[in-house]
Amino acid sequence: MITATIQPTFSAWRGKARELLQRGIRPEDVDWCDATQTPALLMEEPAAYSASPPADIKVPAEFLNLAASVCAHTDERRFAILYRLLYRLTWGGERHLLSHPADPDTRQCQVWAKAIGRDIHKMHAFVRFRLIAVDEATQREQFVAWFEPEYRIVQLATPFFRKRFASMDWSILTPHECAHWDGQDLTFSPGVSKSEVPDADAHDDLWRTYYRSIFNPARLKVQAMQSEMPQKYWKNLPEAQIIHELISSSGERMKQMIATPERPVKPMPDNAYLKKLHGRKRPEPLLDKEQDAVES
Amino acid sequence: MELTRKLEILADAAKYDASCASSGAARKDSRDGKGIGSTGGMGICHSYTPDGRCVSLLKVLLTNACLYDCHYCINRRSSNVQRARFTPEEVVQLTLDFYKRNYIEGLFLSSGIVRSADFTMEQVIEVARQLREVHHFRGYIHLKTIPEASQELIEKAGRYADRISINVELPTQEGLDKLAPEKNLANTKQAMGGIRVKIEETVTARKDARQIRNAPRAKAPVFATGQSTQMIVGADESSDALVLARADELYRDYRLRRVYYSGFSPIPEPSVLLPIKPPPLVREHRLYQADWLLRFYGFDVGELLPKEEPNLDLELDPKLAWALRNRHLFPVDVNRAPRELLWRIPGLGTVNVERIVAARRHSRLRLIDLQRMRVSLKKVLPFIIAADHSPRVAVLEDANLRHRFLPAPRQLELNFNAPPPATPQDALMALSGQL
Ligand code: SF4
Repeated sequence: MITATIQPTFSAWRGKARELLQRGIRPEDVDWCDATQTPALLMEEPAAYSASPPADIKVPAEFLNLAASVCAHTDERRFAILYRLLYRLTWGGERHLLSHPADPDTRQCQVWAKAIGRDIHKMHAFVRFRLIAVDEATQREQFVAWFEPEYRIVQLATPFFRKRFASMDWSILTPHECAHWDGQDLTFSPGVSKSEVPDADAHDDLWRTYYRSIFNPARLKVQAMQSEMPQKYWKNLPEAQIIHELISSSGERMKQMIATPERPVKPMPDNAYLKKLHGRKRPEPLLDKEQDAVES
Repeated sequence: MELTRKLEILADAAKYDASCASSGAARKDSRDGKGIGSTGGMGICHSYTPDGRCVSLLKVLLTNACLYDCHYCINRRSSNVQRARFTPEEVVQLTLDFYKRNYIEGLFLSSGIVRSADFTMEQVIEVARQLREVHHFRGYIHLKTIPEASQELIEKAGRYADRISINVELPTQEGLDKLAPEKNLANTKQAMGGIRVKIEETVTARKDARQIRNAPRAKAPVFATGQSTQMIVGADESSDALVLARADELYRDYRLRRVYYSGFSPIPEPSVLLPIKPPPLVREHRLYQADWLLRFYGFDVGELLPKEEPNLDLELDPKLAWALRNRHLFPVDVNRAPRELLWRIPGLGTVNVERIVAARRHSRLRLIDLQRMRVSLKKVLPFIIAADHSPRVAVLEDANLRHRFLPAPRQLELNFNAPPPATPQDALMALSGQL
């Protein structure tokens, strides 16, 4: 049995997996460990001997994408299952394994990748930048955001922000890892704690005003909201502070709407454009062909 | 008037428009360091309000003053709502400030009609122009268009916007005559036809521009990539069959990206012409499901809504309701049936159908395989044959099959720590005295 202790990143896994694969190590003979979780006591395995590796190991690009996502997950079986998938794709000769959605290994990896995809998507949606300063020399605005993703997705999720907010300076801080953009480079640094982030922006009030006004109290659907915006995200969303207030006042607002006496119709104002509209002939027959079809 | 108050009034005035999509725009970004924003691919919902709706765009009216008298609308001239007007600069600044904080994907701008269709359209276009040309904004812009505006202005709007839309509002001209006397279906269709032609021309021209390799940077024309519309449901008598037939026509003849269905909801300034009771929210949901079946599952309107049943079953999803009416077509063998038939199995979505088609090349599928693909067995079992399963004939013939699928007794939607506040339904009941 070989113990493969690695940093929990895609590049560490890939390096190790490539080496094991070249040696032809079978998946059941590897015990994968996360170096950040494992006590330091564990000895590194003996230095790899070099047997003659098979010619270049080729895997589909699709596998590399899948593996990058799966490695960002936190399930401790991920490195092992991923390696087994890799082994079966190469030594095992199951070249079409990835297009086999009923295969348990493929399926499991796809399920993990999907969870990662969702987490990335939520990060793109729920990061909230706060303006902290304007650089005097460059005149660039500087923003900071705090976010708590479920998985280790900072490196996967941040290129999106670089494309979108290239002309601002920004940092996104999270508990495991932080990303920084200065107009030139996207760099990463270790995680920090929430206390390092300013917790309000002058625009948050205006944003809450918008959120309050765009909500329609006549159609309360709290579960639909929660399934897309789970409560775990609320603490970092400025607008979430008023959710309870909006829900609890909606019944009263609805009652008022219904109790309002109906407004009579006002006469047409004296406006040339309106008169033209009302004066025109209506070419449309009252019954359309499909209406005929439906009603006949 | 203060900006906050304007925002309150003009967002409130815009909230009855259901469209919020920010997907399907051409790919663009701001990596060149000039300007800000990006679009392309999937749209993003940056928040959700407690009505379950996605908040993707800053959705506002430029002004809620309006000459028209559409009775379902809070902004109609007969309403006593407070009026406000943004300057174009105010909307531009709000959009940029919100965008930089990652609150939104972009702007959805509409307006009440002041003076004339062309005058109003020009104001709306000015906002988009400033965003694109002065600030190099590359986020999403959706502009609401007035069908009576000149073709030239509609084309100009399309050059700045990612999406443009015109609301048909109601499925028939009769309905419009009664509830929106200034609106005209023929004009709307004509304008949609014009937009369709522009969109298609642009797609072709873009392709051509890509093919001319050596031409020094052949410049592709810019135009919106899609149009959409909205229909209000439950404000007039129209049946679901009528609503869907109209939607189907719009998808086919005008290549609309989306038709939004908006259950008419009570507004603060009710009109005497409107029903007091809103349609059940689930009706809107069923319409969306049926719309999906029309677009992606090969159904047609007549199949979903046969003459004797012109309205969708509120208790069952429309595919299941169809299957129960057409039991003689089942069971379907998941190992053999063509895609088109798999699409018709209740409980199977297009994604799972693709998975099944891929997986059955490798081995004959058993129930455990389906389960791994996260197919809901409970729903599909009566309708399928798998390697280790075929339903008892009696199940499909059972007159009570329908009951098996009825939803469990309703639970309260509001499940917070505090005792649930009264729901809008409660309020209605209290007022009308009925249960
Ligand atoms: S045109 Fe009709 S729907 Fe549009 S704002 Fe005016 S009254 Fe409302």
